[in-house]
Amino acid sequence: MRLYEKPAHVLHDMLVNKEITSVELTQDVLKRIDEVEGKVEAYLTITREEALQQAEAVDKKIAAGEEISFLEGIPGAIKDNICTKGVKTTCASKILEHFVPPYDATVMTKIKEENPVLLGKVNMDEFAMGGSTENSAYHVTHNPWDLDCVPGGSSGGSAAAVAAGTAIWALGSDTGGSIRQPASFCGVVGMKPTYGRVSRYGLVAYASSLDQIGPLTRDVTDCANILNIIAGHDDMDSTSSTAAVPDYTKALVEDVKGLKIGLPKEYFVKGMDPEVEQAVRAAIEKYKELGAEVVEISLPHTEYAISTYYLIAPAEAATNLERYDGVSYGERVDGEDLVQMMTNTRDEKFGEEVKRRIMIGNYALSAGYYDAYYLKALKVRTLVQQDYMEAFKQVDVIMAPTAPTPAFKIGEMIADPLQMYLQDVCTVPLNLAGLPGISIPCGKSSKGLPIGLQIIGQPLAEETLIRTAYTYEQSQDYHKEMADLGGNN
Amino acid sequence: MKVTKEDLENVAVLSRLSVPEGKAETYIQQMDSILTYMDNLSQVNTENVKPTTYALPMQNVFREDVVKPSLPREEALANAPLQEDGYFKVPKVLED
Repeated sequence: MRLYEKPAHVLHDMLVNKEITSVELTQDVLKRIDEVEGKVEAYLTITREEALQQAEAVDKKIAAGEEISFLEGIPGAIKDNICTKGVKTTCASKILEHFVPPYDATVMTKIKEENPVLLGKVNMDEFAMGGSTENSAYHVTHNPWDLDCVPGGSSGGSAAAVAAGTAIWALGSDTGGSIRQPASFCGVVGMKPTYGRVSRYGLVAYASSLDQIGPLTRDVTDCANILNIIAGHDDMDSTSSTAAVPDYTKALVEDVKGLKIGLPKEYFVKGMDPEVEQAVRAAIEKYKELGAEVVEISLPHTEYAISTYYLIAPAEAATNLERYDGVSYGERVDGEDLVQMMTNTRDEKFGEEVKRRIMIGNYALSAGYYDAYYLKALKVRTLVQQDYMEAFKQVDVIMAPTAPTPAFKIGEMIADPLQMYLQDVCTVPLNLAGLPGISIPCGKSSKGLPIGLQIIGQPLAEETLIRTAYTYEQSQDYHKEMADLGGNN
Repeated sequence: MKVTKEDLENVAVLSRLSVPEGKAETYIQQMDSILTYMDNLSQVNTENVKPTTYALPMQNVFREDVVKPSLPREEALANAPLQEDGYFKVPKVLED
């Protein structure tokens, strides 16, 4: 029946109209997992039995004539850095190999109030550090569109699962592009909300001033519905915004007439894949046809954003990851004294990229280098943010590619960390400024790999992003295509 | 080279990490190329620019100081690598 191909809002209607049951749907997705997960390897933990129990409970409710909420009975997957009570949360790290959180992240508490079917936890770069999911300590995840390519990262498991039909929706986290870039590589919709829009309580911290949880979905309608569920202030996260949460589904309107779109010349960078540029420019032409106005803008400090990000994020990471000391949770490797035990634990259980970022972070924070690196980066961060604020005096949204290339080959970049960092040029500036951004599919390369359009908004302007993204989505079918993974289901 | 062997060792100690045998050169080379790239920040005039630690303008978020339910001790200890009598257990810190 290929229910696994459909977006959540379609499946929700089918459940309400009793055309399908949640057990049928869940079995269909589990069968899809049986068929293609061996190729894609999006999951770290699959909670099959719990998923079927959750589906049965929802079916009973529907049979009893009770109303169901949006995600009720719909199978989804959670990035493995979001704490799930009683279900292992490893951050794709050996240091948390057996960590079972005794509590739920706030997003999980909110999601569980909907009674969804939770299929399990999905792969990522260790501690969300990376853009390819190759830094997972467990296994590499493959891009469903080309199994030799990466799915992007760090939320690569989330994006690959949604693209492969092994989950209908997923949650990810985005510190420097970790939702948007994998969404772009896998041809799905991914939103990084405004910093503080969604509570970070229970999200394993990487860089606390940049991290934000968001949805990865088949289409913009699902994105808006899931944002409705997870957004809002939380007493447990003092950085969460107290701004009222609107009904984001009200923004699912086809209308960009008079919308002012800014095209930052600095985002159309040297070395950008010509097919990416072509697809993005074609999407922008479409917006013009639909009544939007396009103006060229300049964000002059863009070229410094990578340096700024790769100082601030590792500095925060070095501090956040101090807690993995073999004492209160996580793994321990014995040593003759306390310091040796901590050092042995971290040496053996952290991966290379995590160690590299911890060391760069501590270098930037250490005496003698603090002013030149860390403090300097914080000041340039101010200028990056001011660039956007200046631009938003003229335009409503900013558009750019999500990533300078389509998905690259597994193993192609991993040996050169700097080259990998430079891939983040279009995504990290938003995190520095705390702005919301969404990536939506806008085309394919000649090799059949998805290309993403990134739409950037002002703080708390998620409604504008949803309306803008939805209008384009209605004009084409890229979001309806699904990778052919040769399943028989 | 911006990063010396001494820098690397110093930062490894601060990080509670050690530099594995034969890896020092690779580590230095990778850190060096990253930090050299980051030198482009020195081109930016940041005189009179205030640092931004958080993107949103918020400070001093207070809440009522009241006791709320918290994790029971055994749950809080459940993930500990080693525990005894309701405490985390670590290698001996003080000499006899």
